[in-house]
Amino acid sequence: MSTEPDKLESFVNRRYEHGFITDIDADSLPPGLDEGVVRAISARKNEPEFMLEWRLRAYRHWRQLEEPTWAHVHYPRIDYEAISYFSAPKSDKDRPKSLDEVDPKLLETYDKLGIPLHERARLAGVAVDAVFDSVSVATTFKEKLSEAGVIFCSFSDAVINHPDLVKKYLGSVVPQRDNFFASLNSAVFSDGSFVYIPKGVRCPMELSTYFRINAANTGQFERTLIIADEGSHVSYLEGCTAPMRDENQLHAAVVELVALKDAEIKYSTVQNWYPGDENGVGGIYNFVTKRGDCRGANSKISWTQVETGSAITWKYPSCILRGENSVGEFYSVAVANNYQQADTGTKMIHIGRNTRSTIVSKGISAGHAQNAYRGLVRIMPQAHGARNHTQCDSLLIGKACGAHTFPYIEVRNPSAKVEHEATTSKISADQLFYCRQRGISEEDAVNMIVNGFCKEVFKELPMEFAVEAQALLNVSLEGAVG
Amino acid sequence: MLQITDLKARIGDAEILHGLNLQVNAGEVHAIMGPNGSGKSTLAQVVAGHDAYEVTAGSVTYNGTDLLALEPEERAREGIFLGFQYPVEIPGVNNAYLLKAALNARRKHQGLDEIDAFEFLKLAREKMALLGMDPKFLNRGVNEGFSGGEKKRNEIFQMAMLEPTLAVLDETDSGLDIDALRAVAMGVNALRSPERAIILVTHYQRLLDYVEPDYVHVLSGGRIVRSGDKSLALELEEKGYDWLREAATA
Ligand SMILES: Nc1ncnc2c1ncn2[C@@H]1O[C@H](COP(=O)(O)OP(=O)(O)O)[C@@H](O)[C@H]1O
Ligand SMILES: [Mg+2]
Repeated sequence: MSTEPDKLESFVNRRYEHGFITDIDADSLPPGLDEGVVRAISARKNEPEFMLEWRLRAYRHWRQLEEPTWAHVHYPRIDYEAISYFSAPKSDKDRPKSLDEVDPKLLETYDKLGIPLHERARLAGVAVDAVFDSVSVATTFKEKLSEAGVIFCSFSDAVINHPDLVKKYLGSVVPQRDNFFASLNSAVFSDGSFVYIPKGVRCPMELSTYFRINAANTGQFERTLIIADEGSHVSYLEGCTAPMRDENQLHAAVVELVALKDAEIKYSTVQNWYPGDENGVGGIYNFVTKRGDCRGANSKISWTQVETGSAITWKYPSCILRGENSVGEFYSVAVANNYQQADTGTKMIHIGRNTRSTIVSKGISAGHAQNAYRGLVRIMPQAHGARNHTQCDSLLIGKACGAHTFPYIEVRNPSAKVEHEATTSKISADQLFYCRQRGISEEDAVNMIVNGFCKEVFKELPMEFAVEAQALLNVSLEGAVG
Repeated sequence: MLQITDLKARIGDAEILHGLNLQVNAGEVHAIMGPNGSGKSTLAQVVAGHDAYEVTAGSVTYNGTDLLALEPEERAREGIFLGFQYPVEIPGVNNAYLLKAALNARRKHQGLDEIDAFEFLKLAREKMALLGMDPKFLNRGVNEGFSGGEKKRNEIFQMAMLEPTLAVLDETDSGLDIDALRAVAMGVNALRSPERAIILVTHYQRLLDYVEPDYVHVLSGGRIVRSGDKSLALELEEKGYDWLREAATA
């Protein structure tokens, strides 16, 4: 064991513990993307005509675009013709029959992460009819939600059963042409979640457990749409793990949130996708477009995210503060370890009067990782009295990693108040020795310091999720020192 | 309790301790004095197990076991406490949280149950009152934004909570006003018992007015060049260290 700072990074050599290689599905489309593929995807989902048209428009636009290169991340060019754009969910006969057949390492990680027992089977991909527990849990949830009038279903179901809502809101926050990855997603999105909270309804539960149980298999191009009608309130939790693969895997999700007058959406993410091995081989490329639209007065959208996974993360959950007095919040912990690269942050676009936004970003870098915060605060001319407070802190573990901050501030209204604070700190050998001299192991000391650093963000997460997030961080930095 | 024999230690390329001998028995208080740069902190860090210091010769045993074979946290759990000359700040980590984890690590090692939050707070408040510390310090980051004197008091507070078997206090008295000095002395005296031993590294006689040592040693040029009782400290106060240096090289 050593507390030398230059040796700290060897402690970073942890293994991804959610990884397991699965058999190839029979029912996938051959690699490559053309109109035929888009049509095939739509057909397999039995989508109505409007959806196919929408996808095709996106596809035709995407064809004309170049992949963006401005982010502070480096990776070999993605060959979009080498990707298969549709694979059906595994049939039950290919799945493990019970938890006994699941990789014990995976179960151990679930245990470390404190994932409830009734969720583990589903997360591990155990065949549905073997998962009595979760089925009954899901049924109870469904009843409770439908009593409240809440619509919560897969995106594919929503296209079939709630086409009017989908037509009205899909692409209204993240237009098809927003960016390269959003266009691609719009053309080929696989599945995701759909939520509608009716006027004045406070969603009776966190939409978390339910989500994990029902939408574990959403594919590479996830699409989520959440609409909070006037005066409603919802808290949505998203979490994912991914199978270990050797080749890099592209994920490009789109999440759209709409908050009408007096509505509030709290969207929390704990993300743990395969980051690649300790030499930077493999890992998920995660290019996400997440945006919330505070469309009505006094509405509020709050993003909280804990990101520990992916080889490359490109992600800027944003808020468009259109309604008067609307509020946008962004609380983020981004961990990058080994050869991970993260370019993440937020955008707060102030349009309405007296709109307020808060940004708290905590970046942790270890190993050879590069962690960049990129944040835009834009105050439009009509946004009288707008306010923003940004706090952006970086924590470095070891010598070979990097932290970068790119704040962009555009103020076009003189009555606005914008504050930006930034700090960078290191876990020093002296701090670790101090803790060890008090009887605390090096690993516990690192966890303690990291958790202390992230406190402000964790307290924004729903209680259960906070515990899980903390455990996840500990697992992610396991072996980060010594 | 602690037996140091012919200890040589280096940091980087420089050998700092050149064959140091020291024996400390249970129940004793030893003061170690000596000029700046003579190796006092080095000795303290070697006993605590800082790995920037390399032991090149000699041995250190603690209650009969080879101390040098233990990791720093194992030494701590065995009852060794180091009051740092420069306590480090750990922003964001709650003082109480660190201390509770430390206490429980020690208790676990001793086969005791973990202390619960309620008991812990009660004990902490008691000790803080004794040392004249504001309980607010419990909820601040470890040493975060503490003044020099507050940091030193916090070291003594931690020591009082952890009740070590062997406490090594590295210049805990430096830079303290008289009230803080009294508080530190009170903490040390409260710890004094037939089962425990205390090593005070200090520059000044004034702490020794409050904590009466059984032995006083002078460390100079990486060796103990003179040992005596408390009258040696008074002599040093009067004459400085130069006469000893000359004696040592002669
Ligand atoms: N990192 C280091 N590299 C080289 N020399 C050092 C280092 N740290 C301390 N020293 C030297 O070791 C000697 C002893 O230091 P120290 O034990 O701190 O003395 P004291 O506590 O008695 O003042 C000093 O000469 C000091 O300069
Ligand atoms: Mg010193």
